[in-house]
Amino acid sequence: MSQNLAAQINSVLAALILLTAFGLLVQRRIYGLLHIFAWQGLFLSVSTAVVGFTAGLHHLYISAILTLALKVFVLPYILYVLIHKLKIKKEVEEVVNVPTTMLIGIALVIFSYHLTAPIRELSTLVTRSTLAVALATVMLGLLMMITRKKAVTQIIGFLALENGLFFAATSATYGMPLVVELGVALDILIAAFIFGIFFFQIRTTFDSLDLKEMEKLKEED
Amino acid sequence: MTLLVVLGASLIAAVILAFVGDRKIAPEINILGSAATFVASIFLALEVYTGGPMITASGYFFVDAFNVYLSVLTAFVSMTTAVFSRRYMRHEREKGRVGRAGMRFYHAMFQLFIFAMLLALLTNNVGILWISMELATLSTVLLVSLYRTPSAVEAAWKYFILCGVGIAQALFGTVLLYFAAERVFGEGSAALLWTNLSQSADKLEPTVLSLAFVFFMVGYGTKVGLVPLHNWLPDAHSEGPTPISAVLSGLLLNVALYALVRCKVLVDGATGSHKAGYIMMVFGTISILVAAFSLLRQKDVKRMFAYSSIEHMGIATFAFGLGGPVATFGALLHMLVHSLTKSSIFFTVGNASQMHSTQEMSLIRGLVKGNPLVGWGLMLGVMAIVGMPPFGVFTSEFLILTAAMKDAPVFAIFFLVGLAIAFAGLFRKVIPMVFGAAPDYQVKIRAAHTPVYVHMVIMLILGLYLPVFLSDWFHAAARLLVK
Amino acid sequence: MKSVYPLLIEALQVLIVLVASPLLVGWVRVLKCRAQGRRSAGVFQPYRDLSKLFMKDIVLAENASWVFRVTPYIVFGATLMAGAIIPIISVDLPLAATADIIALVALFAIARFFTALAGMDIGTAFGGMGSSREMMVASLAEPAMLMSVFTVSLVSHSTSLSFMAHTLLENAIMLRPSLAFALLAFALIAIAENGRIPVDNPSTHLELTMIHEAMILEYSGRHLALIEWASMMKLFLFSSLGVSLFFPWGIAGADAPAMLPLAFVSLAIKLALVGAAIVVIETRLAKMRIFRVPEFLGAAFILSTLGMLSFFMLE
Repeated sequence: MSQNLAAQINSVLAALILLTAFGLLVQRRIYGLLHIFAWQGLFLSVSTAVVGFTAGLHHLYISAILTLALKVFVLPYILYVLIHKLKIKKEVEEVVNVPTTMLIGIALVIFSYHLTAPIRELSTLVTRSTLAVALATVMLGLLMMITRKKAVTQIIGFLALENGLFFAATSATYGMPLVVELGVALDILIAAFIFGIFFFQIRTTFDSLDLKEMEKLKEED
Repeated sequence: MTLLVVLGASLIAAVILAFVGDRKIAPEINILGSAATFVASIFLALEVYTGGPMITASGYFFVDAFNVYLSVLTAFVSMTTAVFSRRYMRHEREKGRVGRAGMRFYHAMFQLFIFAMLLALLTNNVGILWISMELATLSTVLLVSLYRTPSAVEAAWKYFILCGVGIAQALFGTVLLYFAAERVFGEGSAALLWTNLSQSADKLEPTVLSLAFVFFMVGYGTKVGLVPLHNWLPDAHSEGPTPISAVLSGLLLNVALYALVRCKVLVDGATGSHKAGYIMMVFGTISILVAAFSLLRQKDVKRMFAYSSIEHMGIATFAFGLGGPVATFGALLHMLVHSLTKSSIFFTVGNASQMHSTQEMSLIRGLVKGNPLVGWGLMLGVMAIVGMPPFGVFTSEFLILTAAMKDAPVFAIFFLVGLAIAFAGLFRKVIPMVFGAAPDYQVKIRAAHTPVYVHMVIMLILGLYLPVFLSDWFHAAARLLVK
Repeated sequence: MKSVYPLLIEALQVLIVLVASPLLVGWVRVLKCRAQGRRSAGVFQPYRDLSKLFMKDIVLAENASWVFRVTPYIVFGATLMAGAIIPIISVDLPLAATADIIALVALFAIARFFTALAGMDIGTAFGGMGSSREMMVASLAEPAMLMSVFTVSLVSHSTSLSFMAHTLLENAIMLRPSLAFALLAFALIAIAENGRIPVDNPSTHLELTMIHEAMILEYSGRHLALIEWASMMKLFLFSSLGVSLFFPWGIAGADAPAMLPLAFVSLAIKLALVGAAIVVIETRLAKMRIFRVPEFLGAAFILSTLGMLSFFMLE
């Protein structure tokens, strides 16, 4: 595979990741969110593998497989089971309406493009231009966490944010050292389990997964 | 070898405690684990004190004056907290606020949390630093929700989400740092080792590091509890069990600040300017002021002292941002004295709220009548934390203030205003709690007073006279941080 | 010869637009009938419909003003003009040099403006409702359309349609995420502009859902024939615009008359495929509620903006 073609494939994957990040903002059904999230993980994993192949870095294959296992199968499955078991309502409820969220999203993309512009000048890697996309994905995940009411959707936003971070690690630097990547993956896995425990705790204490209920701790007391 | 014991003791204790569960000896094992860690850390400190900074063969661990002192502090406070929590948690267990599974979980996670903090302090790899910070968050999240009340679950969720998002920003910063370092050191772990990075910080790309610092500031700053990223902190401190509030406030905030300062050294080296310092000074000053004003409006006692922690972290951040040998010395001392004082305050506050079965300050009255040791413990603690002369906080704040007067007089004014408000606010709230008639709903409890008074004595010693070995230590650490 | 050739092409192209557009509509209808298991009236049914309408008398409402009467001609003329500047079989179009993509959007806007005026002119409830809905759709679709086509013009550094097609033709094939986004957005907009499912349904006169049909409800005879023909041309033009912007391969280059037969064949194949795609979309999807249309077009706008952004960010 030539460098040029690899760069092109990578930018297509980057565009797809960005598209899925917007998809997460637009999607109104919870199962739909899970699907989009799984797709995002898949694109991420493929892009990691492509980078690993072109750069000849074999440890990237391990992180690609890790991503594939965690982000495409394990986490969506856990969430699916949780949603099914807790009988969560299947509609996403938003704080800010979808078109406005999308416009803010576009502004965030432009912002991250400007923020990463000086770095792009420096880098010599074929994947350098995807750093802006990675940062944008992080920002969009953050936006999703802010603008959605339910705990589940916040989690998906959080995981999408992590996807963006992983993508930043592969796109800006051809992957962090393996020890770090393994540690990060472990942390995410633990976090996912804690999320699971939390769902049950919130469910049993509040009888719903709506974060509206959680507004006791405010500063006005 | 000593290093291995320092890290291993708490990890092994965590595993053992996970199996021991809710047996009678669990608290003793907890204390034993922390004591072993503390003894090992003393030996490690002696090694560093006599032999200078050391680095393991693999390069993954690195001990210098800065982190070894924090490790000793962490091990010490965790030990006294373990002693305190023995009786405290037994009381909670008897009242039925925590179940069997809860106790098992509490002990195991306590040790895991200590392990995560020590790992964060001792590692040389900036990536592992991030991982262990995240681990420290994860291990305490479910401790905050231990009581399973709606507000505890809410606080834990807030803690989890805000710190999770915050720390994710720090990972982005780490990626950027690695990106810059890779161009100097090439691929692999070598490019993330702090020793390598700090040696050739001037070769790192300044634009990238400036950007990275913004992310570090947001990320680790969230964990330090700097305003405006502090929202999780008062909730997590007020809703979790008191021993956890004590270690969160006394230790975790310090470790987060440690991470931030390590990053700042690299950024300063790369940019050759004081930009990062200014950012920290601004964040620090805002934290001092906002926290001081928020103190005044609190009704929950633990919440109030949580805001006091934000204030003091603001002071330390400000001092590190100010830079210079005096301010850095003051900041290091401040981290030490704040940690000791604040954890002892949380101990007495925990006892006081157990006596009254509430954390509402308006309902806690007449502590001196009910239990003089608790009452005077709180009074002394508050006197120490607001910076009254014979205690250590006075020394550190005085040092920082003199440095600020000289280098940044404008900031010094805000700094003083913040201190004065916090002083007045804390006293106004605490004096009615300590003195006055004891209400009829007050009950007697069996409490551990040793940790409180051990901390107080150390505080007093530090205020009156700084031992030579300690000041040598701080000088060495300050030299590391001020280029 | 040199100077006559482009003129010939121009004339040929206008002729193709006029003649072939009912054929495309017929093809879509035939395919749709097949897909839904019905028997079709054949590919040439639209011609028969048109000639029938041309032979009928015009019935005018009493209060119809000159706007109502003149609109069909303006709509037809504007659409035909648009047909003259879109490169359909060759990039060698003299008119394309004078009118670029912005002019194209303006031509469609003129046609729409007059249709909406005519809808309100009679004063019936349906006409006004249709006009207001049409304007709502248009106000959202036009910016998205411009963004989408601007992405292509960023890639080719020109706003002239024939030059854009030409550049894409000359350059080596590349994977361009920006163009993919722009194409997707363009497809969504084309659906909305032509009033196809899921935005509007051209084949019903159901009161509550009509958009385009509601505006032209009062037309009859020759006038209706012209408007129907214009909307057939519009579908044809949008299809061939999409094809020539995003898949220009096969179109005849400059000064290459020998390529014309091939261009003709490739155009036929490509449009047949577009027709099939329309049928697939229309049989798979149900018409959406009118309140969801802004979101649909919002998505198109986001997609086209993403296309433009990814041109800057990734290419």
